[in-house]
Amino acid sequence: MSKDNNQTPLPSEGAGGRKNWPLWEVFVRSKNGLEHRHFGSLHAADAEMALENARDVYTRRNEGVSIWVVESKNITASNPEHNGELFEPAQDKVYRHPTFYDLPDEVKHM
Amino acid sequence: MNFNLYKYILGISDNSLILGQRMGALTGHGPSLETDIACTNISLDLFGQVRSYYQYAAKIADDGRTEDDIAMLRKEREYLNVLLVEQPDTDFAFTMARQFLFDVYHLLFLTELQKNKDLTLSAIATKSMKEVSYHQRFSSDWIKRLGDGTEESHLKMQDAIDTLWTYTDELFHQTEADKIMVSEGIGVDVTKLKDNYYQKVNNVLEEATLKIPESKYFQKGGKEGIHTEHMGYLLSDLQYMQRTYPNMEW
Repeated sequence: MSKDNNQTPLPSEGAGGRKNWPLWEVFVRSKNGLEHRHFGSLHAADAEMALENARDVYTRRNEGVSIWVVESKNITASNPEHNGELFEPAQDKVYRHPTFYDLPDEVKHM
Repeated sequence: MNFNLYKYILGISDNSLILGQRMGALTGHGPSLETDIACTNISLDLFGQVRSYYQYAAKIADDGRTEDDIAMLRKEREYLNVLLVEQPDTDFAFTMARQFLFDVYHLLFLTELQKNKDLTLSAIATKSMKEVSYHQRFSSDWIKRLGDGTEESHLKMQDAIDTLWTYTDELFHQTEADKIMVSEGIGVDVTKLKDNYYQKVNNVLEEATLKIPESKYFQKGGKEGIHTEHMGYLLSDLQYMQRTYPNMEW
């Protein structure tokens, strides 16, 4: 019955241990009506644990009303080396911004 | 003062204080950053509940002591928590098994306490229930993960459940103060929670592919202030600052 007193639990580093936990990206909706925004990332063994961890890590100060998690490997990202061809051609084309229209006040978050 | 009501409140809140201290002591030592924060959150939830209970107890006692005095300056024999919550963090399976075995009881208890005619206790119970529902979900998940995990995690979780099982029966033991409060319509009759408790616990253990312990030998004493050898160490951590620098604040 009597085990070592106050021993700190040791993390499991073996197969299936936390080092093998995949990375997840966390998106949180701050309040109803707003879109989910990327809040950060964390490690978890599966989606369920990722949601619980996200709840504890990112919404403990009342930051959200809804959480999405997605495993980071499922996100396809653009290659920073291609930034020139992808984004620079748009820099001198201000006429593509809809800034020449008068928006009614009722349209928010445009 | 209503001494029975005072003792009754301590009997509830000391469980949360001591379990909160156990979980809080893990801050920075959790198995992963995310789990560490989760355990600290649980600890903070419990301390929040504790403050409400002790503020009420201080009002009932009406002898000049504050909530802090009640929390920090009693002697070991004056703490009325169950033995379960003071058991050490032998490994993470023990931490989660202790949490789970208490959470299931805690939620059943608060559900009844909520119906109380003592409006202060009823309000604290209502506020605490959402927190404790989450604690139970979190700890149940870990019982299933480790129980139905690898061969090693299964063995460790089974060991934790087998070891801590002996402290579960005390949850349903009634002290004299309990009986008097029940007869006055304020206390919760914990003996009535027992069947429901073991059914809920057993369901999770089965899902976790763990064996339900068959031992019929149970330890009790914490509710009467008679604690296991772990309690003294825990209190010396908890009380160190107030004992060394009396009345210090920061």
